Amino acid sequence: MTETITPWLWGFAGGGLIGLAAATYLLLNGRIMGASGIVGGLVDGSARGDDATERWFFLAGLLGVPAVLAFLAGGADTHATSNLAVLAAGGLLVGLGTRIANGCTSGHGVCGISRLSLRGIVATVFYIGAGGLTVVLFRHLLGVI
Amino acid sequence: MRRLVALLAGGIFGAGLLISGMTDTRKVQGWLDIFGDWDPTLAFVMGGAILPMAVAWQLTRGRRPAFAKAFPPPPEPRLGRQLVLGSTLFGMGWGLTGLCPGPAVASLSFGGTEGLVFAGALLLGMRLAPSARRRLDALPLPA
Repeated sequence: MTETITPWLWGFAGGGLIGLAAATYLLLNGRIMGASGIVGGLVDGSARGDDATERWFFLAGLLGVPAVLAFLAGGADTHATSNLAVLAAGGLLVGLGTRIANGCTSGHGVCGISRLSLRGIVATVFYIGAGGLTVVLFRHLLGVI
Repeated sequence: MRRLVALLAGGIFGAGLLISGMTDTRKVQGWLDIFGDWDPTLAFVMGGAILPMAVAWQLTRGRRPAFAKAFPPPPEPRLGRQLVLGSTLFGMGWGLTGLCPGPAVASLSFGGTEGLVFAGALLLGMRLAPSARRRLDALPLPA
């Protein structure tokens, strides 16, 4: 039984850290912690100057801390598919979709739902619905992933 | 000071994603796969993240952020086609790969070629999004 419950506890604890990070960013810097918005603003050039620098610092922490922790733990694995076409198509869809919808799991999901934003809730229903249907289609019917 | 806060918030976010298992695509796809061996972890992660954030939103009332002039404005009430279509496209890519933007960055150091290919395509998609958005706005659709 502990084997099934332990990952849930780690999930809840890790989720608490994600919420703490979002709360820190909001209460101190007055910003919504949305990963797609932070990266997207740098990619499309809408974030400039001090705003852009602040985003680079955020990304340095986001990349650096898991890198150190994974190294200390003796490695980590994403278990991602090795099908590069699927990865490329998926990355393109996530990049396009999150910027068209103006948010992803962190922005719409964590930050939106926690303030009972209708937009956040509707976005989450649609990306989870589409994600679930995609897994069913590509895993169980087509056998691709 | 804002930069230090950003570095700290990014670091805590990354640690949370790794510890919660959200950089493991099997867990994410396992949660989306209701017809397979369903993995409820993601719901615990979401719950764990939403609780402190709900408290934080309460604390914003009648206050100002420590290092900024104002808190973000309330969300727009309007939903719109961008929100619905964009979230659907995002969900399709998320389901295909088990990766979303936060974990994609957090796992770059150990995600290998797979992680780099996903991240490259993600950046390209984000680069193309503004023009895709403009075209979507121009389409004669309701909402």
